[in-house]
Amino acid sequence: MDGVLRIERATHDAIVAHARRDHPDEACGVVAGPEGSDRPVRFIPMLNAARSPTFYEFDSADLLALYKELDANDEEPVVIYHSHTATEAYPSRTDIAYAQEPNAHYVLVSTRSDDETEFRSFRIVDGEVTEEPVEIVGD
Amino acid sequence: MAIEVKIPTILRTYTGGEKSVEAKGDTLSSLIDDLDANHAGIKGRLITEDGALHRFVNVYVNDEDVRFTGSLETELKDGDAVTILPAVAGG
Repeated sequence: MDGVLRIERATHDAIVAHARRDHPDEACGVVAGPEGSDRPVRFIPMLNAARSPTFYEFDSADLLALYKELDANDEEPVVIYHSHTATEAYPSRTDIAYAQEPNAHYVLVSTRSDDETEFRSFRIVDGEVTEEPVEIVGD
Repeated sequence: MAIEVKIPTILRTYTGGEKSVEAKGDTLSSLIDDLDANHAGIKGRLITEDGALHRFVNVYVNDEDVRFTGSLETELKDGDAVTILPAVAGG
């Protein structure tokens, strides 16, 4: 855990495309990777069960299925992403309250501008938010 | 009466790093009391001061979300499997 998110260009673009597709509702999902590797390799878009422009939530049954699959593959959620559709790409108070994966990079994407997509990454541990640089690899 | 309880990463500080522990109880409520007896403090992460299941966690008994089966009063029997997961949500 060296305070940077390294992510493949294709995965970055897939997250942005998902956020654009679901706009004006918030989009959400994870990028899984081998446990302890800190490598986000498997893009898994999730349904926003709240279908809301101001809230997102993994469906309870989807969440269980996801974690079973990760467990069976010895994977963990390396990235947990969601979009903000009218505000900046920074964790809201609700985001911080719910953040419960201390090993995850919390990626926030903002689709508030049509021309430009903000893409930022944070650690959220015990209510404390730390932004980290994003390094896009594989160009 | 042994019930397997799967513990999420965030709560493994209470279980010495174990991903899964055994506990006993006739209901989810008594199971959580038993968990807390062996892993002090974990109950406070699952149940609010008002005695309700915390909205930040999802608890499943044999793949059924307990919110649909009686919440803390959900009955348990030998061999059941309980899974605790952090809700993934935000604003």
